[in-house]
Amino acid sequence: MELVVFVIAAAMILVGAVGVIVRTHPVHCALSLILTLFGIAVLFIEENAQFLAAVQVIVYAGAIVVLFLFVIMLLGVDGVEDLRVEPFKIQRPLAAIVSVAIVGLVIAAAVSARNAFVAAPVISPQVAGAADAGAHDANIRALARDLFSNHVFTFELTSALLVIAVVGTVLLSRKIKAAP
Amino acid sequence: MIASIEPTTTWYLILAALLFGIGSLGVMVRRNPLVLFMCVELMLNAVNLSFVAFAVKMGDIGGQTTVFFVLVVAAAEVVVGLGIIVSILRRRPGATTDDLDELRG
Amino acid sequence: MIDAVWLIPALPLAGFLIILVAGRKLGEPKSGYLATTLIGLSFLVSVGVSLDLLSKDGEDRTHVVKLFTWIPVGALHVDMAFLVDPLSISMCLFVTGIGALIHLYSIGYMHGDPKFSKFFLYLNLFAFAMLMLVLGSNLLVTFLGWEGVGACSYFLIAFWHTRESAATAGKKAFITNRVGDWGFMVAMFLAFASLGTLNYLGINGAAENGSLAKTTATGIAMMLFVGACGKSAQLPLYLWLPDAMAGPTPVSALIHAATMVTAGVYLMVRISPVLHVAASWAPTLIAVVGVLTALFAATIAVAQNDIKRVLAYSTVSQLGYMFLAVGSGAYVAAIFHMITHAAFKALLFLGSGSVIHGMHDEQDMRKMGGLRKWMPITAITFIVGWLAIAGVPPFAGFWSKDEILQFALVKSPALYIVGLFTALLTAYYMTRQVMMVFFGKARWEDAHEEHGAHGDFKPHESPPIMLLPLVVLAGLAIVLGVIQLPFSHDTEYLTKWLSPATEFAETSVDGTWAYDNRFVLMAIATVLAIGGIVLGVLVYNRHKIKAVEPEVLAEGWYYDQTVTNFMGGPGLESFEGVNWADSHIIDGAVNGVGEVVRSTATGGRHVQTGNVRNYAAAIGCGAVVVLAYFVVFRGIL
Repeated sequence: MELVVFVIAAAMILVGAVGVIVRTHPVHCALSLILTLFGIAVLFIEENAQFLAAVQVIVYAGAIVVLFLFVIMLLGVDGVEDLRVEPFKIQRPLAAIVSVAIVGLVIAAAVSARNAFVAAPVISPQVAGAADAGAHDANIRALARDLFSNHVFTFELTSALLVIAVVGTVLLSRKIKAAP
Repeated sequence: MIASIEPTTTWYLILAALLFGIGSLGVMVRRNPLVLFMCVELMLNAVNLSFVAFAVKMGDIGGQTTVFFVLVVAAAEVVVGLGIIVSILRRRPGATTDDLDELRG
Repeated sequence: MIDAVWLIPALPLAGFLIILVAGRKLGEPKSGYLATTLIGLSFLVSVGVSLDLLSKDGEDRTHVVKLFTWIPVGALHVDMAFLVDPLSISMCLFVTGIGALIHLYSIGYMHGDPKFSKFFLYLNLFAFAMLMLVLGSNLLVTFLGWEGVGACSYFLIAFWHTRESAATAGKKAFITNRVGDWGFMVAMFLAFASLGTLNYLGINGAAENGSLAKTTATGIAMMLFVGACGKSAQLPLYLWLPDAMAGPTPVSALIHAATMVTAGVYLMVRISPVLHVAASWAPTLIAVVGVLTALFAATIAVAQNDIKRVLAYSTVSQLGYMFLAVGSGAYVAAIFHMITHAAFKALLFLGSGSVIHGMHDEQDMRKMGGLRKWMPITAITFIVGWLAIAGVPPFAGFWSKDEILQFALVKSPALYIVGLFTALLTAYYMTRQVMMVFFGKARWEDAHEEHGAHGDFKPHESPPIMLLPLVVLAGLAIVLGVIQLPFSHDTEYLTKWLSPATEFAETSVDGTWAYDNRFVLMAIATVLAIGGIVLGVLVYNRHKIKAVEPEVLAEGWYYDQTVTNFMGGPGLESFEGVNWADSHIIDGAVNGVGEVVRSTATGGRHVQTGNVRNYAAAIGCGAVVVLAYFVVFRGIL
């Protein structure tokens, strides 16, 4: 069963990814991206990271891609890009080599280390208290416990980061009025 | 019979690697700045996938926490990045990444 | 009195400075008398110092009087100091003495010249430089004087610089001297590198106690000999001396007879210990060069028609004798001959100047003759000088030349034979000169009648101010032989006097055949001298034998032309080749490094395209490298 889910999700991911890089119209690319993100959300659920799957859909597919679409509409950069032309002759072969190399090396590393770790139960044993274990929201409990005890400082910084990012972007993109 | 084959962590890692490779290829090839950004998002998602796969394998919830943070930071990054793109393209409509070469030596 | 030795060079220097500032105001003849007086005072100080030295014992006669530390740089420590010993004081005596006489003479000779004060300016500067050369206690102070006399020689030869011949001759002298100076400098470098000192006492001391290696000693001695060849006009660097006669006659007398040209001989005698411990072929080479130069110059003198050129070649020839003495280990004889030669050669030059003056600037001997009637005192003093140089006893030249020949025989009979033959030639050509100028038919009458002379042209005797030095020098030429008589070791006063400086290296001739039979040798020399005189009289006075003056001799065996052709032709090309190598290879290497850096940077610049995608690709490449490192080398595979 898991195999079927995995295969379908993987297909969604790969088709979407290829679509992003191949389609000429930016809106089509954005839609392919949504497909990929959904595939990844499915895999998250498969791996018992339900909270992350939800957040992925809400934040990534729901906010970030929408933001992309807004900008596309705002700026009108929906001009079709000609993919046959490449000003730098070396770029495409080099890109191909680099990508293949990265993929190959990582796959080689992953394959050769496949027996390095003992398989662990799907549900994290890092669950404080038996009441949490086995509960229907065990994942979110475990995640919250970990987040607010081990990484609370990072959590606070991240909130600051978000504020700074928003303020910065507002400043960055305002139109400067001409002096009277 | 097919149902007896379970996807192992290695499969997830391989999938993540492929996704990452496709994303990096896109970054190097596409000229539209927004599409380029989307390919960066692909790469980030590949990393997220591999983190969660390791979280499952190691039994450590820390992997999922990391993904949480990656998501937040990716959002912030998209905000800022699109702000920059908006600023540039407002002044130069129709520009591609190839046209933004003031740093040329 | 020895501590006052610094006065000896300081007085002429003061004269130079005073005339530099106030010469034009002083004018003629005050600037001349000032210069002469200062040199005369210098002479008196020299006399005082030598009396002081005489009063001391033989061992105590070497003093160093230090003025100040000149160059204290690291390992190099050079003082401005004077070495007062019998050798240097003897040089001072005759430089200042004869110099004073020539200064006096010049007051009369340069009368009426518009640059009168400038002449004495240069003469005093020259005296200062020469005295520094002679008194210096280390090679560097001597080199200061060496270069100084070279520069003054240039100034004085080209004194009448509006004449093309004078200007060219001045340049030639300076440049040829410079070639010799290279040798001097290399010797200084060698001495410093091997011994760490430029001091004479240090260098000679090292040679005497055996701590100077033979090859180093040979190197130093040979390089100094190269310098001496340039300064003292030996083969092959003698070219400048005959042309230097374009300068005024007192200059020829002072610089090119008595003082500057003897600097080379002085230097060789000063470093006699070094020469003594050098390889045995070194002194032999010096002796051979000396005697060949003597012969070569004497043959040319036979065919010269300019009164001063004969004397110039004669000087080259006599300097050859001095180097023959140095090479044979007869350092005392070399100094002896230097002193007597200074006296009689200065006398001859000044006499010829008197003749030129009396003949209203005529220098061609073919247009002279029978002048003893018109210029008696000049004639008598010139004849004394003639007999001295010809080597007729009891005049001074005989004793000194004979001693040299004696040592030459001990060294090698071949040297002796050549030296003897040259003595014969010397007597012959000097007789030729005397006969052509003072005796025989008065050819100037015909010459001037041909030119349609205006009024009566009569040669006249020179004024007393010019005749006085002639008389004094003639007296010296007669009696100077007495300082070194060979009759017994007791009468060899000069040997005893100079022993602190020369005794280490002096060859001993006791017990040799030459010494035991020295009176026989003296007789042979006398016979040859008189024979040469008789031959000369027969050819040029009685006209019984035809004169032989082939053109090859008149042109100096075409040596001058050969050098000019070589320098202008292959010499010039090789110099241009060196220049090309310098600008293309050496400069090219340096510039090439810069070019390489530039082209590399220009090539590397293309990485900066400014394009984001290219940068992304570069980052990707870096990531691949890092990944590969971890996967391959960190043992994941």
